[in-house]
Amino acid sequence: MAALLELADVDARYGPIQALHGVTLSVEEGEIAAVLGANGAGKTTTLRAISGTVRRDGTLRFAGRALHGGPDATARHGIAHVPEGRGTFAELSVWENLRLGAYSRRASKEDFARVQRYFPWIESRRSQQAGTLSGGEQQMLALARAFMQRPRLLLLDEPSLGLAPLLVTEIFRIIRELNEQEGLTVLVVEQNAHIALQLAQTAYVLEVGRVALAGPSAEVQQHESIRRSYLGY
Amino acid sequence: MLGLSRKTKVSTGASLPVIVGIAAACIFLLVGCLVSNIFAQQTVAGLAQGAIFASLALALVLIYRATEVINFAQGELAMATTYIAYQLTLWHVSYWLAFFLTLVISFVLGAVVYGVLIRPVQHRSVIALVIVTVGLFILIDGLVTWKWGADLKFMPAPFGNNVYHAGGVSFSRQDIGVLLVSILSVILLWVLFQFTKLGLAMRAAALRPAAAALVGIRVDWMLAIGWGLAAVLGAVAGLMTEPSQFLQPTMMQAILLYAFAAAVLGGLESPAGSVVGGLAIGVFLNLIGQYVGYATSELRLPIAFAVLLVVLLLKPTGLFGRRQVRRV
Repeated sequence: MAALLELADVDARYGPIQALHGVTLSVEEGEIAAVLGANGAGKTTTLRAISGTVRRDGTLRFAGRALHGGPDATARHGIAHVPEGRGTFAELSVWENLRLGAYSRRASKEDFARVQRYFPWIESRRSQQAGTLSGGEQQMLALARAFMQRPRLLLLDEPSLGLAPLLVTEIFRIIRELNEQEGLTVLVVEQNAHIALQLAQTAYVLEVGRVALAGPSAEVQQHESIRRSYLGY
Repeated sequence: MLGLSRKTKVSTGASLPVIVGIAAACIFLLVGCLVSNIFAQQTVAGLAQGAIFASLALALVLIYRATEVINFAQGELAMATTYIAYQLTLWHVSYWLAFFLTLVISFVLGAVVYGVLIRPVQHRSVIALVIVTVGLFILIDGLVTWKWGADLKFMPAPFGNNVYHAGGVSFSRQDIGVLLVSILSVILLWVLFQFTKLGLAMRAAALRPAAAALVGIRVDWMLAIGWGLAAVLGAVAGLMTEPSQFLQPTMMQAILLYAFAAAVLGGLESPAGSVVGGLAIGVFLNLIGQYVGYATSELRLPIAFAVLLVVLLLKPTGLFGRRQVRRV
């Protein structure tokens, strides 16, 4: 069976600067895949190439169909992208943020109930302005909003960024729950290689816009250079 | 761009002193109306005028929030759509049918203006956008004068010429009608923005276009709809101006300036502020004209500009402006 998401030889560029050089990766339905790498390796750009927020060439297939068009079209195809900085609508209420998540479909009461199962605190904060939430809460709201999209694939950009270690553990616990209980497929970009490798089944390591290493997390974790560069032992 | 800087705490709406000030002004007006008949008359007439300023100011604010440009052609667009209504009545369409048809036409016109003229230069520079709207101003002015001529034209009176008497005070039916129609259209728009999915998507697209696209919102469509709605509000302002000013190509030029003062007074980013600002300026100008001997009608526009200047000097964010605090 073909993978849910397949990238073959994908290039991406910001104006004259080429950020991705022939990236090839695939994400199977139901798995968590991680993209690791140093700053500027092209992790964020990989996600942007998938959602169409950057100019890209090459083959991108999602659920057997070619992906093209801008980010709004990608979202309607069933890919939710939580960007760096979370993409929260800070000026709007928590509730409005959730409703926006369900923009391209008809949200039911059940959807909101489901969100509350994973994010119980949201109910009591629904009319709070999203910008006044703490960083961790905003990250959770971004996850909840993406979940309201009922996506087939969730793209997560650095969910641990700027959060205290305890919160990072909590966020990753929820991601795992969504994956195991809801069958949500996740492609996560992380600086924190240690926690990402624990979470993901498959990992890709990017170096200056190229895939330097790919395979099951357990193997990648054992790899000499990964241990030295990213895990520190 | 990388999203590391984000707006965190944004103080919404008016601060306490502003609310107290507005409440005090309302009480002052109410007491004045109860004490003096002329005061009451002038206040209602001022509210009617102010409601027109408010509609046009709200149109400016809508576009400013969505596209971050002052649409200098907003008044001319309003004038042109009023001429369209005039043409419809010439074809024996009844006034109110022509009114609603014109709103529909205005919506399409506004959206097309966005799609054809604004969108291509939107991401170039603010100055390019401003030049496009100024060019549009001149274009519309020329087209309307070419088609209908520069002389005064008259439409059927929408509200008749009756006068209501209440407690010894006489209010013209026209003032009441203008006030009600303008306020009703503002309220309908508010309901659209606040309580519908489309309105929410439009707000999201205006606030954070990139994030809005990621949840599947067609940002361009939302901006086009915003321009369409602004044109509808402008058409309402134009049509409600016609009974007192009559039709001529220059009819909305002064009103655009009042609307601009109203929008700045309210805070350019605040829809509620622009409405309060419009009503306040309408009433203020009328009362000044009535009670301050030397403030003749020639001074109305300079007074409006004095208001604008004072606001910009003392509180540049306006009455309802948001102070943006960024945490990096």
